[in-house]
Amino acid sequence: MSENQNPPADTSHEVTVAPEAGTAVGPAERFTDPGIPEHKHRMTDTDPRAAKRAERTVTFLFVLSVLGTIGSIVAYVMVPPDGTTSGVRLSTLLLGLGLAVSLLGIGIAGIHWAKALMGDREMVQERHPLASSDETRAEAVKDLNDGLEDSGVVGRRGVLKGAFFGALALFPLAIAVPLIGSVGGDWNISKFKHTMWKQGMRLAIDPSGRPIKASDVTVGSVFHVVPETTEEFRETHEWITEKSKAVVLMVRLNPEDLRTDQSPEGETWSHEGIVAYSKICTHVGCPVALYEQQTHHLLCPCHQSTFDIADSAKVVFGPANRRLPQLPITVDSDGYLVAQDDFAEPIGPSFWERLK
Amino acid sequence: MSTATHDTTREAPAEPTTPIGKAADYLDQRTTIGVLVKEFARKVFPDHWSFMLGEIALFSFVVLIASGFFLTMFFEPSMALTTYEGEHPANMHGQLMSVAFSSTLEMSFEVRGGLLMRQIHHWAALIFMASIVVHMMRVFFTGAFRKPRELNWIVGIILMILGLGAGFTGYSLPDDVLSGNGLRITDGVIKSIPLIGSPLSYFVFGGEFPGHHIVPRLFTLHIFVIPGILLALIALHLFLMVLQKHTQYPGGGRTDKNVVGYPAAPVYVAKMTGNFFIVAGVLTLMGATMSINNVWNYGPFDPSPVSAGAQPDWYMLFLEGSLRLMPGQGTEWVIGGFTLPLNVLVPAVVIPGILFTFLIVYPFLEARVTGDKREHHVLDRPRNKPVRTGLGVGFLAAFIILALAGSNDLIATHFGLSINSITWVFRILIFVGPVFAYYITKRICLGLQRKDRELVLHGHESGRIVRFANGEYIEVHTPLDEQERWLRVNYEAPAPLTIAPKTDARGVKRKGYASDKRWQGLSRFFYEDRVSPVTPAEVEAAHSHGEHDQLDGSERQAVEAGAGTTSREH
Repeated sequence: MSENQNPPADTSHEVTVAPEAGTAVGPAERFTDPGIPEHKHRMTDTDPRAAKRAERTVTFLFVLSVLGTIGSIVAYVMVPPDGTTSGVRLSTLLLGLGLAVSLLGIGIAGIHWAKALMGDREMVQERHPLASSDETRAEAVKDLNDGLEDSGVVGRRGVLKGAFFGALALFPLAIAVPLIGSVGGDWNISKFKHTMWKQGMRLAIDPSGRPIKASDVTVGSVFHVVPETTEEFRETHEWITEKSKAVVLMVRLNPEDLRTDQSPEGETWSHEGIVAYSKICTHVGCPVALYEQQTHHLLCPCHQSTFDIADSAKVVFGPANRRLPQLPITVDSDGYLVAQDDFAEPIGPSFWERLK
Repeated sequence: MSTATHDTTREAPAEPTTPIGKAADYLDQRTTIGVLVKEFARKVFPDHWSFMLGEIALFSFVVLIASGFFLTMFFEPSMALTTYEGEHPANMHGQLMSVAFSSTLEMSFEVRGGLLMRQIHHWAALIFMASIVVHMMRVFFTGAFRKPRELNWIVGIILMILGLGAGFTGYSLPDDVLSGNGLRITDGVIKSIPLIGSPLSYFVFGGEFPGHHIVPRLFTLHIFVIPGILLALIALHLFLMVLQKHTQYPGGGRTDKNVVGYPAAPVYVAKMTGNFFIVAGVLTLMGATMSINNVWNYGPFDPSPVSAGAQPDWYMLFLEGSLRLMPGQGTEWVIGGFTLPLNVLVPAVVIPGILFTFLIVYPFLEARVTGDKREHHVLDRPRNKPVRTGLGVGFLAAFIILALAGSNDLIATHFGLSINSITWVFRILIFVGPVFAYYITKRICLGLQRKDRELVLHGHESGRIVRFANGEYIEVHTPLDEQERWLRVNYEAPAPLTIAPKTDARGVKRKGYASDKRWQGLSRFFYEDRVSPVTPAEVEAAHSHGEHDQLDGSERQAVEAGAGTTSREH
């Protein structure tokens, strides 16, 4: 079965044929290997003028590379980026073209040299089986056994071995525990379940931070909303992390278009057709930013989960499973929109302990 | 190679006189380098254009390291917030952003050649992954993963996965809106993992997403941990390649026991060096002329905005597509109060797990169902292993369908189609497409094998019509020359495994029969349909079965002689 790639006389190889792998044809019926094809001479081997020409081409390409290098340095000195986008582009283009010519010159010259001028006669070398010989193996096994013998482990009580492997297995803990312990911050995963929204907190426009009056929200308009906070807080990391959970998309619908929202019996979470839903997709957490006014559909641009704002933000298409949590809102005495409370359920993607 | 035979106490040969000779002598007396040079200087490597694909990956990696070194001189991996003072780009002036993002802007707009290096680095990453994938396709379809190269195949798969990791960690460093949303998706995927998902998210981000640790952490992974492991494994990959000697394509004089090709010095040194410079040159040309990842158009990371049409780099598209295709309804299970979001877990964890497992397991599976324990150094022509080739194309089809699904919004906007219907088409295609691709490919392979048989048995159509004295017309077929024929008959068509019967001679049930039976079933799947190579006897029979496909004897000579004047119309 292996004979198609080896001379038929080679019986030592045939022994290795797995008996269960049947073969379609017997080895005796094989064609024989015709050997390496006849060598074909290249133009440059037979025609000295062609060889000379190839030599000149290679030289020219190396010179071209030098010119490219010079060009690149000239571009570096003469065309500094002036800061504008087009200036930066020009500088990038000139520097890059110079470098590219410099590199390609060498590269193409090298290949052409190899293909046209260097020897092209194929050589044959033997392969040797990768497995070491039986004697070598026997010696290796003996050496290992001798080593084991010398170590004194063989025959001793298991206690020594146990202590040895135990110590080796345990010592990484002394490094890993402090590392892992610190790497996760405070590990307080219950933070996933809450946002900074709380009762009476005003809804503000993102990114200006200006609070929103209910009367300013016209029917059909969309607001990207964040909790109202101080200017200083909005320049901190805490804000970015909090904002990642607290962003809300607020829409005013015609009250008759608003079929349902998520308010439980006896409560009203919307205000005269104004509804606010978490902007964080319940699939994997992208901001659900694309609102289509006609259909009241909200589309996540990452994976196309589609939510129906007029119908309690339930999923109408895509990989999300749960509706977007609703932020209960109302108006305060000054007419500003405020939250009644935090979201009633954790926002964003699902996680193991979500309902615990 | 044995250094034990090297005798350091022997008589010193004639004193070297040339400077190079002296240097060589100096070095050899201290390192035994002569043995290495003797072993490798004229080591033979087989030649084929497809052996260059892995080189492209290697050289892209070198370009990545060189351009990456440049970038680390200017990039500051800090999430500290700062107000951008630079005048350009104007839309970023005065904005609050992380130092990582502002240093990316400065490196692009103020450092000469900075944008060039950024773009070269990004393009090189894309080409790096592309050449790895194409190189893997070459290895898979030609059976280069067979014994003794299974381990190197696995090293290669780990290299590919590390490449994905390097790309992902690098892409996320500038801290722009797109990369931030990529991280957010990653966070969502991590959270979906049962039991440990939430702590793992804290582990990665050092607290809640996004926190202010992630960019420095990714930076360490990107410039130290991942490239370090990549370098070590590339060294192992190449070491094994040299140790086992390169595979060669089938052809006259090429056997499992020899290597036919050109010597390392000078041909391969020149070709590889040339190839390196060409790869570097092309990547530079791309970096110079094609802008990529203009982060100033997206702006610094902000958890609220996101733009439509945002795609990850191409090699991540299959994961993106997998996430997009999974229907959400009914796929989030609550078990004992704990949430199991299969709508994320399956596409983002299980599907890539299946794909990578297939790649890792395949060489061992194929060897088992072939009953094959021999060393292979001559490559297969893909047509001669129809099921392997079919499975490979099916795998690629799945990968491409997922990648297209990851671009479904672009398909929708470019062709004015409904995104919902596109998604539904892909949901069906991901099941049907790979099977269809497998089947068609297998049939094509069998067809090509039959075509080969036909050629060997009857020769090339010459286009010459000959009329016999009795009025019969035939077309003369010219026989294949030895080399052409050898290429077409030099392969194996293994039959399915045969197994020992269920019961032994005394009627006692044999242990392990059920397992054997299963393996045989799988083996049948692989080798039930096969086309055996032509034997000399068959050629003989074909010549004598009287259909004049091949004229013989004096008759043929007569035709050949007259051929010069026969018109060659077909």
